[in-house]
Amino acid sequence: MLQSIGVKNIDELFDEIPGSVPVANFRAIENSLTEMDMVYRLAERAKRDELGSCFLGAGSYDHHIPAAVWDLATRGEFLTAYTPYQAEASQGTLQLLYEFQTMMASLAGLDVANASVYDGGSGLGEAILMAVRSNRSAGNRKIVIGGAVNPFYVKTANTLVVNQGIELVHVPHENGVFDPKQCPIDDPNVVVVQQPNFFGLLENVDAISNWAAERNALLIAVVNPLTLAVLKPPGEWGDSGADICIGDGQPLGVPMASGGPSFGFLCSKMKHVRQMPGRIVGRTVDANGAIGYTLTLQAREQHIRRAKATSNICTNQGLLVTAATIYMSIMGVSGLRNTASRCHENTRYLVAQLEATGRAQRAFHSPYFHECVLRCVGDVGALTKTMITEHGILAGLPLGEFDESLDDCLLLCATERRTHEEIDHFVELFNRTLKEG
Amino acid sequence: MSETPQELRYTDTHEWARTEPDGTVCVGISDFAQDALGDVVFIELPETGTEVAAGAEVAVIESVKAASDIYSPVSGEIVRVNDQLTDAPDLVNSEPYEGGWIFVVQPLSDDPNADLLTADQYQEFCETDSNEH
Amino acid sequence: MSTIPTIFDTSKPGRLAGGQTPKEGDLTGLPNELLRESKLVLPEVSELQAVRHFTKLSQQNFSIDGNFYPLGSCTMKYNPRGAHRAASQPGFLNRHPLTPAFASQGLLSCFWDLQETLKTVTGMEAVSLVPMAGAQGELAGGLMIRAYHEDCGDFERDEILVPTAAHGTNPATATMCGYKTREIGVAADGDVDIEDLKRMVGPKTAGIMLTNPSTCAVFERRILEIADIVHDAGGLLYYDGANLNAILGKVCPGDMGFDVLHLNLHKTFATPHGGGGPGAGPVAVNSLLQPYLPIPMVGKLDDQYIWLDENYFPLTIGKLAAFMGNAGILIRALAYALMLGREGMVRVAEYATLNANYLAAELSKAGFQLAYPTRRATHEFLITLNREAKDLGVRALDFAKRLLDFDMHAPTTYFPLLVPECFLIEPTETETKAVLDEFVSAMCKIREEAQENADYVKQAPHNQVVRRLDEVRAARELDLSWSGTEG
Repeated sequence: MLQSIGVKNIDELFDEIPGSVPVANFRAIENSLTEMDMVYRLAERAKRDELGSCFLGAGSYDHHIPAAVWDLATRGEFLTAYTPYQAEASQGTLQLLYEFQTMMASLAGLDVANASVYDGGSGLGEAILMAVRSNRSAGNRKIVIGGAVNPFYVKTANTLVVNQGIELVHVPHENGVFDPKQCPIDDPNVVVVQQPNFFGLLENVDAISNWAAERNALLIAVVNPLTLAVLKPPGEWGDSGADICIGDGQPLGVPMASGGPSFGFLCSKMKHVRQMPGRIVGRTVDANGAIGYTLTLQAREQHIRRAKATSNICTNQGLLVTAATIYMSIMGVSGLRNTASRCHENTRYLVAQLEATGRAQRAFHSPYFHECVLRCVGDVGALTKTMITEHGILAGLPLGEFDESLDDCLLLCATERRTHEEIDHFVELFNRTLKEG
Repeated sequence: MSETPQELRYTDTHEWARTEPDGTVCVGISDFAQDALGDVVFIELPETGTEVAAGAEVAVIESVKAASDIYSPVSGEIVRVNDQLTDAPDLVNSEPYEGGWIFVVQPLSDDPNADLLTADQYQEFCETDSNEH
Repeated sequence: MSTIPTIFDTSKPGRLAGGQTPKEGDLTGLPNELLRESKLVLPEVSELQAVRHFTKLSQQNFSIDGNFYPLGSCTMKYNPRGAHRAASQPGFLNRHPLTPAFASQGLLSCFWDLQETLKTVTGMEAVSLVPMAGAQGELAGGLMIRAYHEDCGDFERDEILVPTAAHGTNPATATMCGYKTREIGVAADGDVDIEDLKRMVGPKTAGIMLTNPSTCAVFERRILEIADIVHDAGGLLYYDGANLNAILGKVCPGDMGFDVLHLNLHKTFATPHGGGGPGAGPVAVNSLLQPYLPIPMVGKLDDQYIWLDENYFPLTIGKLAAFMGNAGILIRALAYALMLGREGMVRVAEYATLNANYLAAELSKAGFQLAYPTRRATHEFLITLNREAKDLGVRALDFAKRLLDFDMHAPTTYFPLLVPECFLIEPTETETKAVLDEFVSAMCKIREEAQENADYVKQAPHNQVVRRLDEVRAARELDLSWSGTEG
């Protein structure tokens, strides 16, 4: 090969790198390991982090994933394919994305979904930028964050939008939920509301949707996609429905995996589609009139529009979307519905049992779904720590960090994976730990 | 060879401008430009009533592989837009100088065409432009 | 092969995968007006139907596992399965993202090790692993540049310079950071036009975004001079790590004058591309920009690993992800780095460069035109099919589509825009000489076909699942979700 190139050695191939740039020094990097040794080292570390029952949610949930989901998703043809720019060589991925878009749009009750963004948090940022572009005639760039929207999402969104002259106006929750009457501005450009909200409470989404529409504000719905099998989809909220729906797809067949990779989904009414970020697949025909799929509306994207693109986003979370599409196909209508309702029933059972100890009671009175805030008698920080160190159980999220008035509160959930025996055991330990503490 | 009607004026960003009997200026993109762009799939039209300066971005025209800004050749107010293009963007390809017009400006100046290229100047410009690529 | 009906077309109301359906839960007490009434369009199929459907779909994809994939600037190399396996262990996979650090020492130790490795690889002072893709890393970099200038009380700088040949993400990122983009010309030899740079740079310059090797696939020889020009004007240098594979173990971006960079772990550090993602785009900075890194990072306090959040980094640009970014991808990168080790990492750039230069030499001998014939290829190179387009009427697009029929993925086409009818070809270090030779043969064969019957090549592909797709129809008559059985 060197002969064909006409050089004596490989070093000569680097002769355009100026000599004044020092040669890289990799002494700090250790010698290579075999696969066996590498796996041994990392397995030891993974083992250290293994825990038992999980009663923690707050945006990442411990659901069952059918074995077939990842067996199929990690087939080399899905795992090692690139972005489907060469449509004829990527019909598998493209058709799958089209099916994914259909499922997500239907869950959200909206017209169109994109092929995913990075995660729910950055998805909220993208949704806000999209809404502001779509509502250009509004007189300001003020975004109302209504009550208990996931604080991790809000912080992330803020990083992404703050340099575009966009202002996030936080309206504190009133007894756990968003009350538009408390909103200090009457002319928001965009309103963001989460259903169920960060505390698991159900917002009065019909009234909020109408309130936003009366002010010509666009409405962004932040949702957990699994709950949409049971709850009214954002596209049907109020008289006109939400404009944009975003969330994290983790509950749809993606392991918690420390928060990533997961995927964000983004759905909207058709009238906003040209402001959407990210890839979108369309169905069309080929030269023989046969049905085929291709990326479409690419003129919105960075590789064509450059500085004027709807976003700088390039990659999507293709592999996770593959898993989610397979998950939703295997679960189907009843599987998804029953999983959502079972999560709710388990959480209700957990709440009832904890309240029965007399050491905890619901912090808010609005109806909740799937997740709940409990005010506890005792130090919730110490409780969650003891539960991990002594029993390997994740006992929920202490909320003091997010809201001082909730410093004795825990956010908990019990997914469909939690058995009554596990819940009973947890309740007993909870009771005992607080008694001793 | 693309068509460049003699009676129109042009810009170096490939718009054409036609002064109507009522003094307004109708704007579209040239035959040369539509050919270079390929099949047009979407046009983002401006809103009527918008004040524009000559050279300002007014509309966006998209083909499958490209997006181009359309600049106003003259200063004034947008008084009409071609709503037909919403459903039939291909008019820009099939009749760039007739049904494919994009918007109409009520110009501020009495002689809005003064700074624009003549058909011959524009044709010459296109020839040099395409040789460079 | 033929097109496959959608999964909705095979769906029958009431059919389900029984083993996957938990018992229905009790919903009493929920307000009726908040419940779903409308129909849900999800497949109703058996588990086997789903398995078969997605298996068939997978078989309609090209992939690294099955095909040569010389996509320039995408680094489609083999991703060792061991790295995937390592990240898929229960302790990593089942870990809730809000598990406190004291119960996550295994994971945090992995992140710490990766931070340290990437510091060495880039020659920089500090690393944040959070950004979830290259473009998000660019955004983090742009925001850090902005935060730095504003902290210095310098609010006048509102321009980012990029070469005309830059990746589209560069100008798009500059816009998202609230900057204007100014494009600098590229000289005939593929290097940045230094005179043009000197004209553009000034008190408005916040920074410059460069890839090196550049998107013209050549090494930017005057990089140190460029760094001095930009620094002297008060601007900062951003390194787009898309092409890091070409210099890994040879030189470090930190030694070329860069202040901030991102790495595409899914390119250089072997995460499978997954049909479009996920990736990871960690950022590395020198000490000037360290205070602004996106949170969280991993630190060490006594013998404990801890999260470094806004309490440690009050000037941070903030969070970029709800949790810790694409944690699983970071573990894959660490696993890959461990397996390569010191000696392996140096080989990456050497073999990638050897393969690219060999392929360039062979294509050139076969009569194809290199875009920069006087320059060394880096890990990739550009050819222009302008002559074939003029003489035979067969364009780069047609060559690309016909290559699919030879079971090879097409190189990157029409990028960068300034080279007409171009192919950007990146064979990567993991291909054998035999595969490269097959590619040359295929290119020669296609040229012969074009000489005999241009239309045949212009109508390619012929042997794929579908023929060329009507993209105009796709964009004009938007069909973005399934709405019912075919009529």
